[in-house]
Amino acid sequence: MRHFLVLLCCLVGLFSSPAFSADSTTSHSLSDNQAPPALAPLMLKLTQEKYSKLLPVLKEIEANSNETTASLFRIMMQGDLYFIKTNKQLVQHFKDNGKDLYQGIFSQKVIADVTKRSVTKIKVNNRLRGYLRTAIARIQLTSASAEIRLSAVQELLSNLDDDTVAMIEALYSSETNKDVKAEMGLALAINTALSTELPNSTRIAAIHRLSSSLENTVRNKLTQLTNQDNPAIKTAAQQALSSISQRTERFAFLNQLFFGLSLGSVLLLASIGLAITFGVMGVINMAHGEMIMLGAYTTYVVQLMMPNYIDYSIWVAIPAAFIVSGLVGVLIERLVIRHLHGRPLETLLATFGISLILQQLVRTIFSPLNRQVASPSWMSGSWEINPVLSLTLNRLYILAFSLLVFMALVMVLKKTSLGLNVRAVSQNRNMAKAMGVKTDWIDAITFALGSGIAGIAGVALSQLTNVGPNLGQDYIINSFMVVVFGGVGNLLGTLVAAFSLGIATKFLEPMTGAVLSTILVLVFIILFIQKRPKGLFPQKGRAAE
Amino acid sequence: MSSIIQYFSAGRQSGKHTMPFVIILLTVTALACVSNLYLPADSALHVSTYSITLLGKYLCYALLALAVDIIWGYCGILSLGHGAFFALGGYAMGMYLMRQIGDRGAYGNPDLPDFMVFLGWKELPWFWHGMDQFWFAMLMAVLIPGLLAFVFGWLAFRSRVTGVYLSIMTQALTYALLLAFFRNEMGFGGNNGLTDFKDILGFSLQSDTTRVSLFALTALVLAVVFVVSHKILSSRFGKVVLAIRDAESRARFIGYRTDRYKVWLFVFSAVIAGIAGALYVPQVGIINPGEFSPINSIEMVIWVAVGGRGTLIGAIIGALLVNYAKTRFTAILPEAWLFALGGLFVLVTLYLPKGIVGLYTQLLSKRQPPATKESEA
Repeated sequence: MRHFLVLLCCLVGLFSSPAFSADSTTSHSLSDNQAPPALAPLMLKLTQEKYSKLLPVLKEIEANSNETTASLFRIMMQGDLYFIKTNKQLVQHFKDNGKDLYQGIFSQKVIADVTKRSVTKIKVNNRLRGYLRTAIARIQLTSASAEIRLSAVQELLSNLDDDTVAMIEALYSSETNKDVKAEMGLALAINTALSTELPNSTRIAAIHRLSSSLENTVRNKLTQLTNQDNPAIKTAAQQALSSISQRTERFAFLNQLFFGLSLGSVLLLASIGLAITFGVMGVINMAHGEMIMLGAYTTYVVQLMMPNYIDYSIWVAIPAAFIVSGLVGVLIERLVIRHLHGRPLETLLATFGISLILQQLVRTIFSPLNRQVASPSWMSGSWEINPVLSLTLNRLYILAFSLLVFMALVMVLKKTSLGLNVRAVSQNRNMAKAMGVKTDWIDAITFALGSGIAGIAGVALSQLTNVGPNLGQDYIINSFMVVVFGGVGNLLGTLVAAFSLGIATKFLEPMTGAVLSTILVLVFIILFIQKRPKGLFPQKGRAAE
Repeated sequence: MSSIIQYFSAGRQSGKHTMPFVIILLTVTALACVSNLYLPADSALHVSTYSITLLGKYLCYALLALAVDIIWGYCGILSLGHGAFFALGGYAMGMYLMRQIGDRGAYGNPDLPDFMVFLGWKELPWFWHGMDQFWFAMLMAVLIPGLLAFVFGWLAFRSRVTGVYLSIMTQALTYALLLAFFRNEMGFGGNNGLTDFKDILGFSLQSDTTRVSLFALTALVLAVVFVVSHKILSSRFGKVVLAIRDAESRARFIGYRTDRYKVWLFVFSAVIAGIAGALYVPQVGIINPGEFSPINSIEMVIWVAVGGRGTLIGAIIGALLVNYAKTRFTAILPEAWLFALGGLFVLVTLYLPKGIVGLYTQLLSKRQPPATKESEA
């Protein structure tokens, strides 16, 4: 039986292979005519020479180049350039669903019936690869798009040979884009600084020009210069390097500050809700973290419901999260916390129980695994200010958003009659009651407001981390620290505390590691509370006691 | 019967009798031990070694609940960080047991525990020295939690940090320790903690007799701590503590240095928790940073709340009941346990502020009002 099968296979092979080759030859001749005519003999040479002798061929191709040549080079650099054994046609190899496929270099059409067996790879070594990289950049220097030109110059910075410099020099005067021109000037300055035959004064001027750049390559070249014997050049390079490193440090500082502010903004969002409920009612809501989590899950559900409008879903998610978390908050207040009035420790325990229930509920409904929430396209990416400093957009937006929420809350508390009542109750509950404030009602509203803001914090957090049942727990202790540090019932204190804790954590991190910096901040707050039990900005007056 | 209940609920009065509980506890322990060691395995009355270990674990929890109750029920200080003291005691014992493994570890290094060899450490960190001596390790199991409690309490109570602030601070304390012990660089086995213990004082931890002895020892310690705590709390010191719970400023105005009373009570409670941890580790066979997690500490509080705070016996009953329920629940419906626990938190705080013991005395006082009025007063 098995013998028979083998025989059958052989037979099928015999019959099918001639048909194969006949078919493929026809398709080759068709696709070949897309190649520029001048390149044809050179491309044939590519398939014939050994790879140690390919460099002159490539140079010749570059001399006859146009934009399409760049794609040929790119394919070759990636090691995807093959040729068909029978007719020496160059093809590009790619994989689709694990299958090896081949397409014409210029036609971009898949050539049927070409298999791994019928092609040979054109090998490249590191030297060739290096040449190809600069060659691509050189070709792109004349591209119509300023962006491509800019990246081409940046690519060439580290590999400046005479041809390249000559080319950049020729293009420099006619360049219209400011950024590209500056980058080209930099390339020329590097060249001037490095060329030993020029007079010292010209070279030093070029080095001064370089000291304003933050590119990595520039720094490497300058380090090279400090190793030379020419003393004037050496000192100039050292000065330039030190001024560069100063600026780098300054930007690294700014970067860290940004990360600190970003952490602070998250802490602020997570803790202002807590600050007002704690301030007004004097109770700690241990389920506050779960309000954040509910907000994050609301974002997730909203995205599930409008999969085609991810960019807009966040505008739906923010009010939705506010409402969902706010409603759950009111429910908790009405059903549990109201009955525990005047017993803060019991409230703490009961709300902790609620947090357990909510976590398990989410685990049962959505599974215990983390869920990924997509960021809208306008929030992804980063704002690159210079090579050293780039700020991620989502963090930037969340920072702005947290301040916006903070301002809105302050406005509500300062300018509305509801805010007046809330402040009255937080300062002196009994007196407020005597003046006719419905404290019961205010409690419920405050709780809804605080929980709703926690929900909004959840929306923001979902853009930074994965959404999971434990999301809230990760932030709850830190938000308590913020509230305690800032002083209860004081929104400004919360703002200051959130940002100072965020910045402190991020500045300690490089010195001590992430975990230790968190621990140090916690220990600091524990010690701080000993000194000032009422926080940074204690509420004044007799009512506060 | 009512007289027994009175003894049980009488933790706060100058009760003379703690004997009934001690007798019950020791009798049950003795019976369980005898039945495990001397009855054949197929006998209906045989208690399996698994159950013995489980009971031993519960008794450790009971001891821990006692510690929480002493500080919360009697002094009104809600500590959400007692898990830290428990775990520190456990780590001290774990370090001793680790050193007892000797060269029987996977790497066969006679001086270094496996995880240190794995991390490429060349010698023992300084804080591991002396831990191969049993007496020293046990001293540390008591000293380290006590010292931490002293420093923390001294700082906190002197500056009059009270109420929810203090609770949150204690929670931050255990959270910070949790993060710290997760680090490999700390030298406590990082994420995996300490485990794979072989023997204690030369006796194999796997053998039935060792397990039964550990269980009996735990029961004995619980009995002793129960009696001692009762004595302390019904002494003059205990009365001041109660006064602090009920009206701290008033006690202060009368002239008591309330902060000192609180610090010493806090230290006492932490030491008990440390002992509980040290007894817990050899029976369970592992100690890892998870014991520091804030949720553990807060779970202890609910044991006390369920049993009835302010009564020593209530803490023990609560710990046993809740943990038994947890074992049953997690076996049958693991999903539902957190729902049940959460519900327990809410229901107990709303409807059972005095716990099961409180409910019992309440029911009793309905039946015979004059008898328990006295005990309430």
